[in-house]
Amino acid sequence: MSRTIIRPPGRLNLPSLRELWEAREIFYRFGQRDILLRYRQTAVGVAWVFIQPLVSAGVFTIVFGGIAQLPSGGVPYFVFSFAGLLGWNLFNSIISRSAGSLVGNAALVSKVFFPRIIVPLSGLVAVLLDFAIAFGLFVVLLFVFGINPGWPILLLPVWMLLTLLLSVGIGVAAAAGTVRYRDVSYFLPWTLQILLYATPIAYSLEAVPANLLWLFNLNPLTWLLEGYRWSLLGQTAPELWQVGALVVAALIVFFGGVAIFQRMERSFADLI
Amino acid sequence: MRDSAISVEGLWKTYRIAVNGEETNRITEAVLNRIRHPLTRIHYEKFDALKDINFDIPWGEAVGIVGRNGAGKSTLLKLLTRVAAPTKGVIDLGGRVGSLLEVGTGFHPELTGRENIYLNGSLLGMNRKEIKRRFDEIVDFSGVEKFLDTPVKRYSSGMYVRLAFSVAAHLETEILAIDEVLAVGDAEFQRKSLQKMRDVARDGRTVLYVSHQVATVTALCTSAIFLDRGELAYHGTVEGALSRYRDTFEKFQTDQREASRRPGNGALRFTRVAVADQTMDPDDDKVIEFNVGANPDVVGSYFVSCHINDANGSVVVQCDSRLTGNWFDPTREQAGTLRIKSLWLKPGRYTVDMFVCQSGILDAWEGADAFEVLPSPPYPEVTSDEAMSHGMVLSDFSYEATS
Repeated sequence: MSRTIIRPPGRLNLPSLRELWEAREIFYRFGQRDILLRYRQTAVGVAWVFIQPLVSAGVFTIVFGGIAQLPSGGVPYFVFSFAGLLGWNLFNSIISRSAGSLVGNAALVSKVFFPRIIVPLSGLVAVLLDFAIAFGLFVVLLFVFGINPGWPILLLPVWMLLTLLLSVGIGVAAAAGTVRYRDVSYFLPWTLQILLYATPIAYSLEAVPANLLWLFNLNPLTWLLEGYRWSLLGQTAPELWQVGALVVAALIVFFGGVAIFQRMERSFADLI
Repeated sequence: MRDSAISVEGLWKTYRIAVNGEETNRITEAVLNRIRHPLTRIHYEKFDALKDINFDIPWGEAVGIVGRNGAGKSTLLKLLTRVAAPTKGVIDLGGRVGSLLEVGTGFHPELTGRENIYLNGSLLGMNRKEIKRRFDEIVDFSGVEKFLDTPVKRYSSGMYVRLAFSVAAHLETEILAIDEVLAVGDAEFQRKSLQKMRDVARDGRTVLYVSHQVATVTALCTSAIFLDRGELAYHGTVEGALSRYRDTFEKFQTDQREASRRPGNGALRFTRVAVADQTMDPDDDKVIEFNVGANPDVVGSYFVSCHINDANGSVVVQCDSRLTGNWFDPTREQAGTLRIKSLWLKPGRYTVDMFVCQSGILDAWEGADAFEVLPSPPYPEVTSDEAMSHGMVLSDFSYEATS
């Protein structure tokens, strides 16, 4: 029988992979709970998953495509903004769900021991399910509008993985931050709101004036969205430096976020 | 390699408490404070919840952890279950620790009983196979099989608690930590739970049990630890620990007799509090006499308040003189009588706390006096004990047939 030795926390607490693996059932049950709860006692239930992206894409089509008359690289504006939202929603939902997750489960965190990182991570289950449903809807749209993205669609999992790394890194750090400082939960939605408009999601880089292009090119999400639109719509591929920088940024954000989380992990019960 | 279930060496837990309320949980304030007072570092006071605890617990023991409120019992359990991290020292555990800290932690009201068994089981450290294997036993023990597919928010509080306890009681961890939860459910369920816990220890596993209830500690535990203000004051037999525990109670009461040791700002102090009749029947009037000293410097009038506590320390009743419009003049000595009418107490021992208050507390005398309520039921008929076993107090009631 293996013995467990508990010592005061050190500077760098790496998550124990063995403990994470043993706690996989919690991850699964939390994910299941999120999904079950979302549709229990709701009138339209699963339809929400369809309604939300359709309505958002519709509004963007009217505002950016209809009123502002922005270019969309040759595809119908609705499909164009839907593709952008697919990537953005994955990023946005993971961060928003993780950020409040520890405080939302305060009773558990202060009473029972399990690897804490499972709490923010378990939000992934529901978000990925939403993504799958929205993606199914997108495939239908591709057929309806007769768009063939070609072989780049095979690279979609790569963009998804990079999105996960970025958003999980920010999400777990925000979850840990919220335990100490509650203003993270006010600051974060506002930042995400600004990012939604500062990133070419509902409009393309073509619409950006040349003298501002450098500003947009500083935003890693721009590189990511270019990747999504290349894979989903067959538009221009992102430049190689963008892909390389994206991979580096994603890895730094992910490991940085996890390190911040683990560093604070053992004080959660005292602070929350 | 050791062979004990739990070894603890030089264990400390220190909390930082900010003085002058300078600690903040807002970034903006933290930054502003730093800008306003760039040179003064935030001054923290340290509070040692546990001081240099050492012990070894062999396999197969049920260990009771007793101590007054704030002695560090729950902190110790939190460290042993890894919920909180120690400040100094080493804990060496011989196996997995399952905790039963508060009934229903991890239950979600919207989920059904079945879903909650799986969710809660996994949180307490069981894997899916273990839960599946124990599922029928858990359901059987809880007695809620008819409502397995009903959301637990529709459960009665009794069902909820029974289900939650059943999940935890079927944990297969080598060490089981329990905080004050055996006092749930009806008498029958309590008996079953206690039996279950005894079986756990008999299997060679180790049980840690924190409680205020002397009766359950005696019934369940094979040894005990007594904590006093964060220090391990005794580790040995249950009787030994409990007698130390009782001694501190008496010592606390004698200490409180000296007015300067009592909390409150001390502008006015009780000089005497006495229950007129130390033993009484359940339906007797409770009469408490008190005297308060004088202090001409105190502005305005003051009021007094009285708590009657049962043996578990729960406040049964509060009698605040503001409610009856009685205010007292601080410029002269006061003598008064509190008469509590139509309160029927269950048989047992009760303690009396008295307070002198204005906007703040001037004197708080906990355990100022005690009295005993005799087991002589105030009802016309004699029947089985079960007829009076539920509820905190007794009451004057009548039944009438109206059809």
